[in-house]
Amino acid sequence: MPPTEPTDTPSPSKAGDAVPRVSDAPGIRFEKVVKRFGSNVVLRELDFTVAPGERVTLIGPSGSGKTTILRLLMTLEKLDDGVIWIGDRPLWHQDKGDGKLVPAGQKHLHEMRKQVGMVFQQFNLFPNMNVRRNLTEGPVRVLGLSKDEANARAQELLELVGLSDKIDDHPARLSGGQQQRVAIARALAMRPKVLLLDEVTSALDPELVVGVQDLLRDIARQTDVTLLCVTHEMHFARDISDRVLMFDQGQIVEEGPPEQIFGSPSEQRTRDFLQAVLAT
Amino acid sequence: MEWDWTYTGEILPDLLNGLRVTVTATIAGYAIALVLGLVWTLLRRTPSRIVNQTVRWVTEFIRSTPLLVQLFFIYYVMPTFGVTLGPLVAGIIGLGLHYSTYTAEVYRAGIADVPKGQWEACTALNLPRSRTWLDVILPQAIRRVVPTLGNYLIAMFKDSPLLLAINVLELLGTAYQIGAQTLKFLEPITVVGLLFVAVSVVSSILVRRLEKRYATY
Ligand SMILES: Nc1ncnc2c1ncn2[C@@H]1O[C@H](COP(=O)(O)OP(=O)(O)OP(=O)(O)O)[C@@H](O)[C@H]1O
Ligand SMILES: [Mg+2]
Repeated sequence: MPPTEPTDTPSPSKAGDAVPRVSDAPGIRFEKVVKRFGSNVVLRELDFTVAPGERVTLIGPSGSGKTTILRLLMTLEKLDDGVIWIGDRPLWHQDKGDGKLVPAGQKHLHEMRKQVGMVFQQFNLFPNMNVRRNLTEGPVRVLGLSKDEANARAQELLELVGLSDKIDDHPARLSGGQQQRVAIARALAMRPKVLLLDEVTSALDPELVVGVQDLLRDIARQTDVTLLCVTHEMHFARDISDRVLMFDQGQIVEEGPPEQIFGSPSEQRTRDFLQAVLAT
Repeated sequence: MEWDWTYTGEILPDLLNGLRVTVTATIAGYAIALVLGLVWTLLRRTPSRIVNQTVRWVTEFIRSTPLLVQLFFIYYVMPTFGVTLGPLVAGIIGLGLHYSTYTAEVYRAGIADVPKGQWEACTALNLPRSRTWLDVILPQAIRRVVPTLGNYLIAMFKDSPLLLAINVLELLGTAYQIGAQTLKFLEPITVVGLLFVAVSVVSSILVRRLEKRYATY
């Protein structure tokens, strides 16, 4: 039998695949990470690792610290203790040469942030700019692309998210689903190696959810970013992730491939949580 | 007492000249207030405690003393420190300085109104501080406060007759001078009132228009 042509759309990699995903994206490691808000200790010496290019979904009850984890990675919250590694460099610290880590300055944070992108639940597009400018602002001002290069990139991404005709519109004229697509494109325009998605479909009308999820599925398939995703949509989590981490009170209760966590969770807290989510 | 139309016609050119001075002082003072107010607001946000506390107390002080006192200070007291200004320039600086403490408050509120998510999106895009301010925060903040800023323009216009106290021959000062010479106050003062109404109404209409234009993106 002749060898079959490889299809040009590879199936999404799952944890069950024999071949691990090859990626030049960095891995992530939380090492005894502590985060408090006042006296409320949200993360208490949290440890976990995400492999390069791995797709991880964080689930867990409200207030368990999922958003906080992503916000720490995006440097939107300050780290109280511990170390977060992105690749082989600490996000919040600088190595002074003698192996000792000291809190990093703005320059280091700026450098590290280049690898990370985030899509927000509430889109957070810039309402004072049209779609084109939303997509080119970062590439021009931060990455130093020329206007033409940035425009070309914006057009390409708008095609990917299916909104080429909206390039001159302001966000206020777009539906929630369209705005979130633009926000996804805006994040991708910076070519992040780590992408953070925090409940990106939960502010959308139900009929718009599937479209955005399909888009993210495609993106997960076509890129090799390291992906951290918070979602309550179990189908989506199953499709997109290699591994699911179940959090409660800032601790990992259980982890494993989505089939296992959603199919036969071993922890009572996971079962309770999944039941509660499915009930809504 | 009869309204004297001939007399009105005779004094009108002088009064219009006075109006020109009034409008000039208002517009120039307003420009200063807009820029200086923004400077105060940004300085108040600097991490340096010395800077932001100084600015806080200076603006608080200016805001809570009467404009007239400030005009006297600039025009009559500053020369003792070697700074001598013409009446119009002193008046413009006085108006601008005084009103900058109000516009500063307006900007501050406008900036506070920009949702936190906008700042976070800037961080996520890794935008430098300067770009965050210039491209994202200020355009949104200013748009929100255009109506309030417009109202301060009109308020300032109505405060401008205070300049006559430091010998600026603006509209009211001119009218007063004419009246004092001819001892006929009815016509000049009435015309002043009408001119103030006319300019205020026109500017209100312009401000409303601006407001509408800035209401949506
Ligand atoms: N800015 C803040 N100030 C004070 N407390 C905060 C702040 N942000 C989060 N918290 C607290 O931290 C805890 C974890 O919040 P976090 O948003 O990470 O939870 P989550 O798992 O994302 O929940 P949800 O599913 O509701 O989004 C909660 O107790 C929350 O009240
Ligand atoms: Mg959350």
